[in-house]
Amino acid sequence: MFGDYSLGDLGSIFAMQGFAGLILFSVYVLMALGLAIIFGQMGVINMAHGEFMILGAYMTWLCSEFFAAYLPSLFGIYFFVAMALAFVASGSLGMLVEWALIKRLYKRPLDTLLATWGLSLILQQAYRSIFGPREVGVNLPDWMLGSLQVTDSIEVPINGLLVMALTILITIAVYLLIFRSRWGQQVRAVVQNRVMAGAVGIDTEKVDRLTFGLGCGIAGIAGSAFTMIGSTGPTSGQLYIVDTFLVVVFGGAASLFGTIASAFTISQTQSTLEFFLSGSMAKVITLLAVVAILMLRPQGLFTLKVRR
Amino acid sequence: MAGNDDGTHSRLRRRLLMGMAAVPLSGLLPRIALADAPATAAINTTGLAVTDTDVTVGILHSVTGTMAISETGSVQAEKLAISQINDAGGVLGRKINFIQEDGASDWPTFAEKAKKLLVNDKCAAVFGCWTSASRKAVLPVFEQYNGMLYYPTFYEGLEQSKNVIYTGQEATQQILAGLDWVTKEKGAKTFYLLGSDYIWPRTSNKIARKHIENHMTGTSVVGEDYFPLGHTQFNSVINKIKLKKPDVIYAIIVGGSNVAFYKQLKAAGIDMSKQTLMTISVTEDEIDGIGGDNIAGAYACMKYFQSLDNPNNKEFVPAFKKMWGEKTVIGDVTQAAYLGPWLWKLTVEKAGSFDVDKIAAASPGIEFTKAPEGYVKIHENHHLWSKTRVGLAQKDGQFKVVYESPELIEPNPFPKGYQ
Repeated sequence: MFGDYSLGDLGSIFAMQGFAGLILFSVYVLMALGLAIIFGQMGVINMAHGEFMILGAYMTWLCSEFFAAYLPSLFGIYFFVAMALAFVASGSLGMLVEWALIKRLYKRPLDTLLATWGLSLILQQAYRSIFGPREVGVNLPDWMLGSLQVTDSIEVPINGLLVMALTILITIAVYLLIFRSRWGQQVRAVVQNRVMAGAVGIDTEKVDRLTFGLGCGIAGIAGSAFTMIGSTGPTSGQLYIVDTFLVVVFGGAASLFGTIASAFTISQTQSTLEFFLSGSMAKVITLLAVVAILMLRPQGLFTLKVRR
Repeated sequence: MAGNDDGTHSRLRRRLLMGMAAVPLSGLLPRIALADAPATAAINTTGLAVTDTDVTVGILHSVTGTMAISETGSVQAEKLAISQINDAGGVLGRKINFIQEDGASDWPTFAEKAKKLLVNDKCAAVFGCWTSASRKAVLPVFEQYNGMLYYPTFYEGLEQSKNVIYTGQEATQQILAGLDWVTKEKGAKTFYLLGSDYIWPRTSNKIARKHIENHMTGTSVVGEDYFPLGHTQFNSVINKIKLKKPDVIYAIIVGGSNVAFYKQLKAAGIDMSKQTLMTISVTEDEIDGIGGDNIAGAYACMKYFQSLDNPNNKEFVPAFKKMWGEKTVIGDVTQAAYLGPWLWKLTVEKAGSFDVDKIAAASPGIEFTKAPEGYVKIHENHHLWSKTRVGLAQKDGQFKVVYESPELIEPNPFPKGYQ
């Protein structure tokens, strides 16, 4: 099927396709990271994850409008302010939700699924009432648009590179926070044995609230970043939720490393298949493969080996 | 007619009640007031919600859920048309009241609400639905209870009903003239077809492919791809397009995917000045979300653009903005929705009756000269004769009209040789 193309053409397509796969990988990691923290560390199935992302996207939109109106000279860097705001907004809402809703459901994990699904509907309608049913257009600074011309025929989208950089940064930050900080030690202690952790003086309620807030905050950053590549509307969060759960479940619930490995596997499969087949068929085959592997390994790719 | 017994019964009771109410009033009312309006009994023989002063119609769109983004404009246009008709004296001397129901982006809900509007509220006509799925869901209801639906969206065709007036384009009206234009004007030879994976894009692309392969010379389709609704990652297909180098990218992607597609296309450096991008799924409404920067340079094939330069449109756009705010934009479907109440009013007046059977029979040949898109006429098959126009997307979110078919194009919902 490649007979008609020159070697140079093929080379540059493979290079660009490689980048496409890596960008998809970054997108998957970014959207799954927050969920993996909440699901993996707390066992809460957060169906409203997409809506926390969209809150971040709306914060970015508000920020872009604000900068365009009052600080046009700083418009070029508004995106960084927006991301910080998105983190704070989604994180605070997350902690509020944890305090009002999730806290009461820790002993009934399946009920969290229903409760957070209801929460997602409430949030969607709230966005619709506040921001209107139509999608909003987030204006980006000029330097974030377009692509880098690497060679004559190889072009790499700048927004993709930014998503990749952001993903690496956040992954490292989360790693340091969970595995190298004192607070992370407490989180892991609570995951491994809640009662024992409480007995040695860890404030488990506070740890829970902060963990949930952190997960939601990262979702907010992801949503903010996705204004570069996707839509911002009341129901846009729904576009991501299935893929997000797929990545987390396939990776093995309690393992951050598993999440990254699974995002890599799924994104590469998906993007390669999409190149050779049509978009819909690629999705079908990817899902079938995931189902087959989960049948053989129901616990996911990686699991923590802890005594429960 | 399963509901016939109930119908006669309640109709009798309603007549009785109306008669009783009319007795004391008839003495008080000056006879002149009713002189130009025909008697209700004569123009409403089937028990619709028509009184001596009022007539009730229904508006049935999604104002919550995924589709609210698209259907909001249609609701606004229908309300504007109704208020304008009322200001101009109503229909057969009767003021239009509307009952609005929310289909909530859920097809069974649409059917349920349609039944409510027809059976409980006895609406004389219903303006509504947007997606084909919602129309298919309410169609049996309208046929069973003999209601009248004015459906605004451009759609895939392959349907025709006595109980529906299709005020948007069926697929051939939207597609063929645009393909002819791009081939002639841009010298296009190769096409890459893209779409979201459901009935409308698939049927439309099928028609496009047949036209490209069988009805034009020297043109071919070099690729065809579909994506699940809500797909957000298009980098792989963009690479495929780069490899195939088609002259025209023909895109029918809808919803949130649309935004993702154009943003990623732009970021991947596909320059719309070298390759032509043609779409039938992006109106001014969608550009709001996509962002003018991301889509400037693309061509859209529609029958209406907000920027149309004609006297009707110059009255319509300010009236719409006055009612719904300076920042609102008006897309193709919004305009088609605006036609519904007007066409219904003209038909009622021609038929001299609100009865659905008489309206269905009187519809063919109805002309509306004040349509923002220009002149329209209802065809025998209950679709509209309309022109096809090609617009070039601008950075400010508007289209510049670059082509207009010289004649009105005949609606052909069952095109031979295209299936």
